[in-house]
Amino acid sequence: MREGKIVLRAYLGGAAALLALWWVVALLVALPIIPAPDKVFTKLGHVFVQAIAIHGAYSLWRIAAGLVLAVGIGYPVGLVMGYSQKADRLLAPLVYLTYPIPKIALLPILMLLAGIGEWSKILMIFLIIVFQVIIAVRDGIRAIPEETYYPLYSLGASFAQLFRYVIFPASLPKFITAVRVAMATAISVLFFTETFGTQYGMGYYIMDAWLRVNYLEMYAGIVVLSFLGLFLFGLIDLVEHFACRWHK
Amino acid sequence: MIEVEHLTVSYAADGSERFALHDVSLTVPQGTVCAVIGPSGCGKSTLLKVVAGLIHDYQGTVRLAGKAADPRAMRIGFMPQNYGLMPWQTVAENIMLGCRIKGEKTADLKERMAQLCGRLGIAGLENRYPQELSGGQQQRVGLARAFLLRPDILLMDEPFSALDAITREEMQEVFLDLWQENHITTILVTHYVEEALYLGQQIALMAAHPGTVQEVRQNELADSRKKRQTAEFFAAGQQLRDKIKAMEVRR
Repeated sequence: MREGKIVLRAYLGGAAALLALWWVVALLVALPIIPAPDKVFTKLGHVFVQAIAIHGAYSLWRIAAGLVLAVGIGYPVGLVMGYSQKADRLLAPLVYLTYPIPKIALLPILMLLAGIGEWSKILMIFLIIVFQVIIAVRDGIRAIPEETYYPLYSLGASFAQLFRYVIFPASLPKFITAVRVAMATAISVLFFTETFGTQYGMGYYIMDAWLRVNYLEMYAGIVVLSFLGLFLFGLIDLVEHFACRWHK
Repeated sequence: MIEVEHLTVSYAADGSERFALHDVSLTVPQGTVCAVIGPSGCGKSTLLKVVAGLIHDYQGTVRLAGKAADPRAMRIGFMPQNYGLMPWQTVAENIMLGCRIKGEKTADLKERMAQLCGRLGIAGLENRYPQELSGGQQQRVGLARAFLLRPDILLMDEPFSALDAITREEMQEVFLDLWQENHITTILVTHYVEEALYLGQQIALMAAHPGTVQEVRQNELADSRKKRQTAEFFAAGQQLRDKIKAMEVRR
């Protein structure tokens, strides 16, 4: 618990430093495009429940759905590629050829195929982060030394047992790191996709406020997006803390 | 009983075929310890891996209790040089691993584990992770796993070699103590002459390049703390050491 307090204090310190910087810049520039934090937070207090919360919920749902889909498909593919060299030889070219394609360029196609609703946004997030998950899982599994399996091999363990006792725990730290990196990408991609074909989501809210030249609301949206990210990263850290106790 | 007959293991190096083991035959009678000793590179570990079912690409036959070696059908306790502990499992989970894989769910398992931990001096460490333990403690966890499994055969690859001299002797006694209760058929690979003499009722001397068994001798000095202090023990140790040295010079 003491550890938790230290972490909390560090976060509060970071937030305070950022706010101070913001305040100084706002005072120096003294233009409506950079309002002081106190005004933004007051505004946020007024509009959060009635206006922003629903947008935040939509964004959170899209990130979660994209992530679950990417892990659900990326993990098994990475597992097969990491464990079997044959599968890797077969699949690696496919992954390497499609990984560098800028997925955003496919957005119009996705929107035509999947509609402009929820699916195109979730699929876009999925497409962008699934590759990171595949590569991280594969490399994590490949990095397990052969000797680690020996005690299980000599016990005649099945593949399911190998997975449970060696492969999964051994590759977990790398996998969590991949999800963390993918999450940051997902949030920025999400912002972009939400500026099209939807009336909900933080991307929509911020762009809408911008077009209405309502800077206070725009900043309120940015602050909420930042907290959304903080919440998600905190969640991943927490999972790592409990799932990888052995890992230091 | 462990029977190895005409075992040859080869590997490719620099484009040519080399032998890690060449025509090795060794029989370990039921309920005895066979200490395998020899210079580095003589294929001691390879021999152990074949019996443990880790190497499948070999010529010759390996039979355990008269049947072809199969890790699924038998209980093989294998203790690698690094003890084979899973860093992500607690001490208790590590000790239980063998029984979990074998699906053993006997009611007294927990009790037996607690008893073993007590005897091995690792009681109270059950919730720690291996990297929080000293080398000697990790070794004890490895032993606890092996003995909790109650294996048909036990294979140990230089299990005490990473320990300091005093801890090593302590661990040898702990092993002997546990072994004398169960009399598990064991192959113990070592490069310490004293360890071979102290623990092995049978000593197999191996030579390198290619790995072969030079000599299998009966050892009357094993299993006795008293005999360990005698002049006879020291003389036998010296003789064995000279033999191994001579083999190293010859190559």
